Amino acid sequence: MEYLHIGLAALGAGLAVVGAAIGVGKIGGSAMDAIARQPEAAGKIQTAMIIAAALVEGVALFGVVAALLGVLTVPA
Amino acid sequence: MTAKKSLVISLYFTLAFAIFPLFTVAQEHEEQHSAPQEAEEKFNATEMIMHHIGDSHGWHFFGEGDSSVTLPLPVILYTENGLVSFMSSEFHHDTEGHHVVEKDGMRFVNLHEDIYKLDSGAEAVEFDADHHPVNASKPWDLSITKNVAAMFLTVILMLIFFTSLARHHKKHKHAPKGFNNALETLVLFVRDDIALPQIGEKKYMKFMPFLLTVFFFIWITNLMGLLPGAANVTGNIAVTVSLGLFTLAMIVFNGNKDYWKHTFWMPGIPTFVKPILAIVEGLGIFIKPIALMIRLFANITAGHIIILSLIGLIFILENAGIAGVSVPFALFITVLELLVAFLQAFIFTMLSALFIGMAVEEHEHH
Repeated sequence: MEYLHIGLAALGAGLAVVGAAIGVGKIGGSAMDAIARQPEAAGKIQTAMIIAAALVEGVALFGVVAALLGVLTVPA
Repeated sequence: MTAKKSLVISLYFTLAFAIFPLFTVAQEHEEQHSAPQEAEEKFNATEMIMHHIGDSHGWHFFGEGDSSVTLPLPVILYTENGLVSFMSSEFHHDTEGHHVVEKDGMRFVNLHEDIYKLDSGAEAVEFDADHHPVNASKPWDLSITKNVAAMFLTVILMLIFFTSLARHHKKHKHAPKGFNNALETLVLFVRDDIALPQIGEKKYMKFMPFLLTVFFFIWITNLMGLLPGAANVTGNIAVTVSLGLFTLAMIVFNGNKDYWKHTFWMPGIPTFVKPILAIVEGLGIFIKPIALMIRLFANITAGHIIILSLIGLIFILENAGIAGVSVPFALFITVLELLVAFLQAFIFTMLSALFIGMAVEEHEHH
């Protein structure tokens, strides 16, 4: 039970990563589709893709930071 | 001919970038090797990682204890008796609070890189059951720490790079040569791919100084953070908070009437929804810079932790064979970090430009 909080924190970080992976995967896939349909708009699509991916990643990182705080907080 | 020349230059860059991470890995490797031999205690991975990503008084390069190579930095404290300053070397690499420094009739100890001032009459720091000091208090710490010193270094580098680029353009009309040309490419990248599309042709010039400064500051500090023995500046939450506050200030002070109207009393929707949306949008003003700040902090810190964990794996499992797997993998992650260093600078600047663009946008009135 001593390391329970670390296990839970790691589980939380893992869940955050799963969510981000689904999100970024969908964004990347859709961007690929869009570029294949309209190769001349590749630059614009890429920029929009990176912004959207960064927003998704930001939310996942909130989860990772919370998990990190969980690991570093040693219960008294 | 010129194409060949630029190819050679870019090859040099690639080579330089490929070699830097090797040093990092080699240095971390050596550092960890000497530790278990000298002190026969169990290797503590968390402690090692926190030491590497944290800030400190004094710039530690390598070695342990008294034989280590450390650049002393000034400690500046604001106490009730005024300002006190001394060099961090007076602590003799002690972070456990054993070595007491006496200055102006006051006694100071370094406790895990926090400077404590002992109460008058106390000779040594005493702890309670939770390892909190009972007879000492924290003065205001205005020290030039490792992170601050690293930021000064970045600022000096930026001043040298960009004053020389600006001087060139004052005298000549043609494009500069060599390193200045490489810088100009990035300046144009920020203008044409970040500022112009997000803010618009009419107003982008006003925000270029801010965007360029933010972009190059983040990028150069990120790259310097990957150097061996360097400070983890953009992986420090206080630094990213300040950067986020600058973006917040840019949005709040440059927001036009339309922006505030669209934030707090959105036109074109039913009246009963307006207060709800006002709360959401009002919170959004603060959430935007907070997201910027967490993204940069977490990305850079996570990268450092992954590299250190991979190297730490060798010492946790106490098997040199693991190095064959973890060192190449750490090298791969370090190279990936070069991409992340650029990408995070780009994302921060891009989103700042996007938010500023939303704040200064002229809406068509219907």
